[in-house]
Amino acid sequence: MTTYIFDGSFEGLLTAIFEFYDRKETAVQLVWDKLYQPAILQESLESVNDEAKAKRVWAGLKKKLSPQWQQMFYKSYLSEDPQTFQDLLDFARYIFDNPAGAENNFGNPYVMAISKMDRKVNREKHRMKAFIRFQQTADGIYYCPVEPDFNVLPLIASFFKNRYADQQWIIYDIKRKYGLFYNLHTVEEITYEFVSAIDTKKIVLPAELVDAKEELASVLWKDYFNSTNIPARKNMKLHIQHVPKRYWKYLNEKEGKN
Amino acid sequence: MYDRIREKLTILADAAKYDVSCSSSGGNRKNDNKGIGDSSNGICHTYTEDGRCVSLLKILLTNHCIYDCAFCVSRKSNDVKRAAFTVDEVVELTMSFYRRNYIEGLFLSSGIFKNADFTMERLVRIVKRLRIEERFNGYIHLKTIPGASQELLTEAGLYADRMSINLEMPTEAGLKLLAPEKSHEEVKKPLGFIQSTITQFKDEKKTGLIKSVPKFVPAGQSTQMVIGATPETDMEIMYSAAQYYKDFSLKRVYYSGYIPISHDTRMPVIGSQPPLLRENRLYQTDWLMRFYGFEVQELLNLKNPHLDTDMDPKLGWALRNLDQFPIDINTADYRMILRVPGIGVSSARKIVEARKFGRLRSDQLKKIGIAYNRAKHFIRCADSPYFINEPDAPHLKNLILAESSSKYLKVPQSQLSLF
Repeated sequence: MTTYIFDGSFEGLLTAIFEFYDRKETAVQLVWDKLYQPAILQESLESVNDEAKAKRVWAGLKKKLSPQWQQMFYKSYLSEDPQTFQDLLDFARYIFDNPAGAENNFGNPYVMAISKMDRKVNREKHRMKAFIRFQQTADGIYYCPVEPDFNVLPLIASFFKNRYADQQWIIYDIKRKYGLFYNLHTVEEITYEFVSAIDTKKIVLPAELVDAKEELASVLWKDYFNSTNIPARKNMKLHIQHVPKRYWKYLNEKEGKN
Repeated sequence: MYDRIREKLTILADAAKYDVSCSSSGGNRKNDNKGIGDSSNGICHTYTEDGRCVSLLKILLTNHCIYDCAFCVSRKSNDVKRAAFTVDEVVELTMSFYRRNYIEGLFLSSGIFKNADFTMERLVRIVKRLRIEERFNGYIHLKTIPGASQELLTEAGLYADRMSINLEMPTEAGLKLLAPEKSHEEVKKPLGFIQSTITQFKDEKKTGLIKSVPKFVPAGQSTQMVIGATPETDMEIMYSAAQYYKDFSLKRVYYSGYIPISHDTRMPVIGSQPPLLRENRLYQTDWLMRFYGFEVQELLNLKNPHLDTDMDPKLGWALRNLDQFPIDINTADYRMILRVPGIGVSSARKIVEARKFGRLRSDQLKKIGIAYNRAKHFIRCADSPYFINEPDAPHLKNLILAESSSKYLKVPQSQLSLF
């Protein structure tokens, strides 16, 4: 078995799939260069990104997969999960080697693996739509730092653009050190420099950076959160199942509950 | 000023929380005027410590009320702090929360002050302000005030996404007992009027004669009944729900376990546990009716007027109908696969897709995500062992219950013994 080392990019993944067919391999182990540990007696190949090759593979997949499954393929990739990278390569092989419609075979392990990972990424995407709490800055921009389990910012950009069309906003991924900025017209990708005036490690912005009404809004939200609870029905297990503790630090209504 | 608005919010959110609906799905409003918000998602932004979704800012305009319904915290005779929001305050609060992505929209209800029209007019004024001046396209759930004029209801429907009006008690007799001033007839009239107006707008749209037919209550209507305050059987409750689903094309019926809030001798005493397990079983039945193709008569009838407490209604039905099982996963109708305990809607769909590629084995079924340990007693698949003696219903029940543990086992059932 040959080991392919790739750079973790979508283009890299697709190039690796191209190489698999080009080199007439029988089995390949796909490894993210970040995690690669050389082993003796193992044949390895550094897969070099090639836009043309990647495009050919994607065009091939598009021919065989419905738009929904193309999305699922891309979303699973955004999981950044090493096993999923391998599953994606094996899934692509399964799709190329079988007649159209093979993706509906939920009895196949690769179909099931991608379908499951797609659900996980979707859940994280949905959580970001739910758990983002904007703070209005003194210059009128609505700002929120996040740290999603998967790289889901590309999946929520259009949602926030459509919904908050008349306000400027920033969503910044602390873990991956990039963010989205909506300037009332388009969403652009921003790097750390853009938000360097802000200590991104701290979730709550200091008083001098926020709008005069920000504190009241946050206090009222906490009041509301507490008043709408029914103590006689208390069920912390269910509460934590829906709002896992690792998200609490971003939620102002859970401030001080950690 | 700061403290006053905080106090108002605390009082009026607290008074609104017994309305359990917090759904924000089913809408289709888009932000196509470069305004703010859309309402086609259904997102729970947080959950309270009792595990309920918080999707909307759910408040009363006021908790002053001219009625004296025994089951309601805001009843006239109850000695509680009263407050009222101004139109501006509600609009500002909604916008401030929405812009920070705290909520999907507004759920606005109110106690009845002066009379029905006066109250409804005030509610309509708020939603109109939000839609027109603030260009707000988020979700709005508005309470229909019984007895309000048809003109006001029509106007409300043009701005709201969902409207609801509560049955309060599952039967007329129960309602008469606790709220003699109210009746189910008063609920049916506006439900029917709004339903027929929804249909009328839809028909106009179909004809295509008018270019842009405005939206009218696009997310439909819902209702709520309080469970366990009056002595109805589960059968009475669900037959009533089924009737309302049918007659008024309701999107949802909510079942709210009664939380004792008064010393009224007609009802459970303060401090007794709310009937959470019963509420859960009723919702399970509701789901079976709406998504699993069950008729209410199959689940509840004169022979079984109450839902089982120790098992869910789907398992209960299967054990009463063992003659229909086991079914072969590789050949059975989708309809029957859906009826197997341990198989949900999405697994059933996947099974039907996957079996086209070959006969399914148990390991594949497990991967697809069915609760195999439960389902195995009711299905056969490619590698099922052959049984000579099929266990009978009581044995099967013990077998299944021994393998699973109910999350409600620790909850005292004091409520059930009352009647």
